[in-house]
Amino acid sequence: MVTNVTNFSRSGLSDWLIQQVSAVILALYTLFMVGYFLLHPELDYIAWHGLFSHTWMRIFSLLAFIALSAHAWVGLWTVITDYIKPTRIRFGAQVVLIVAIFVFLVWAIQILWGA
Amino acid sequence: MLQVSIYRYNPETDSAPYMQEFQVDTQGRDVMVLNVLELIKQQDSSMAYRRSCREGVCGSDGMNINGTNGLACITPLSAVVKNDKLTLRPLPGLPVVRDLVVDMGIFYKQYERIQPYLQNDTTPPAIERLQSPEERDKLDGLYECILCACCSTSCPSFWWNPDKFVGPAGLLQAYRFLADSRDTAARERLAELEDPFSVFRCRGIMNCVAVCPKGLNPTRAIGKIRELLMENAT
Repeated sequence: MVTNVTNFSRSGLSDWLIQQVSAVILALYTLFMVGYFLLHPELDYIAWHGLFSHTWMRIFSLLAFIALSAHAWVGLWTVITDYIKPTRIRFGAQVVLIVAIFVFLVWAIQILWGA
Repeated sequence: MLQVSIYRYNPETDSAPYMQEFQVDTQGRDVMVLNVLELIKQQDSSMAYRRSCREGVCGSDGMNINGTNGLACITPLSAVVKNDKLTLRPLPGLPVVRDLVVDMGIFYKQYERIQPYLQNDTTPPAIERLQSPEERDKLDGLYECILCACCSTSCPSFWWNPDKFVGPAGLLQAYRFLADSRDTAARERLAELEDPFSVFRCRGIMNCVAVCPKGLNPTRAIGKIRELLMENAT
């Protein structure tokens, strides 16, 4: 058993499962967005604003952002632990990663519900 | 004439490793890479490599042959040599003791960690613990591993974290005991493996499957371990 404190869920199994599930959510959101752009070739602000005024679209988007946050945390934590060996620099990079994810997530919530 | 380029390093006399060129006459025959090494040993007796059974059973002569890990004794020149050029290097990612000999300490340490022996806390029967033929079949493709380290030393996850990631060889054996109907320590074994490194550092790139000289599939065994962890935890 290898002890870890900066990965997303403290457990490798749980991290792995979250990455699988979040990947599916992100794939669905990407497919939806690509489909939407294909069906609306002449997209304007009114239509875009209309799409995001639906509660379901906001929930779907927030779900995708949370999935992206978890996915990025698990994935980049893995990359950092692979390639950065000095503990201080590695821990510093992990803190920057986690703070950045937090900031982007709160920002995304503000954009979704602020308009 | 076969052009052979070999990684040489003697820590007592060399300040850094270097590649040495040899010319070997195989008389046009398709011999094994180990035969070439023996011919080179006649030219330069200071060449160091491990070997023992010379038939792919002992796992001593794992090395990097033209960029791919394999056992020198069962790799024919025709399978690896193009344009009469052969390059031999030690297994990647492990400390070099001398020439093609590597220090396998950390590899064995990971093997030891998965407790590669049968554990059973029930009273032993008078003669032996029996298995049905179906139960025995589950061990096929797992028990044949000879611990040559070709797989683990071709795995980037093992290169970056050999102290934390068990590696394909160790995990294949971990599953060999998890799959054994006579073993009763599955829960304890799985508890040791659920952290983010031991099993989950595997990204499924299947280098291990590509190089295994015995044709085994560690990636599938790792998938089965993940399934067992899931069954236990959901």
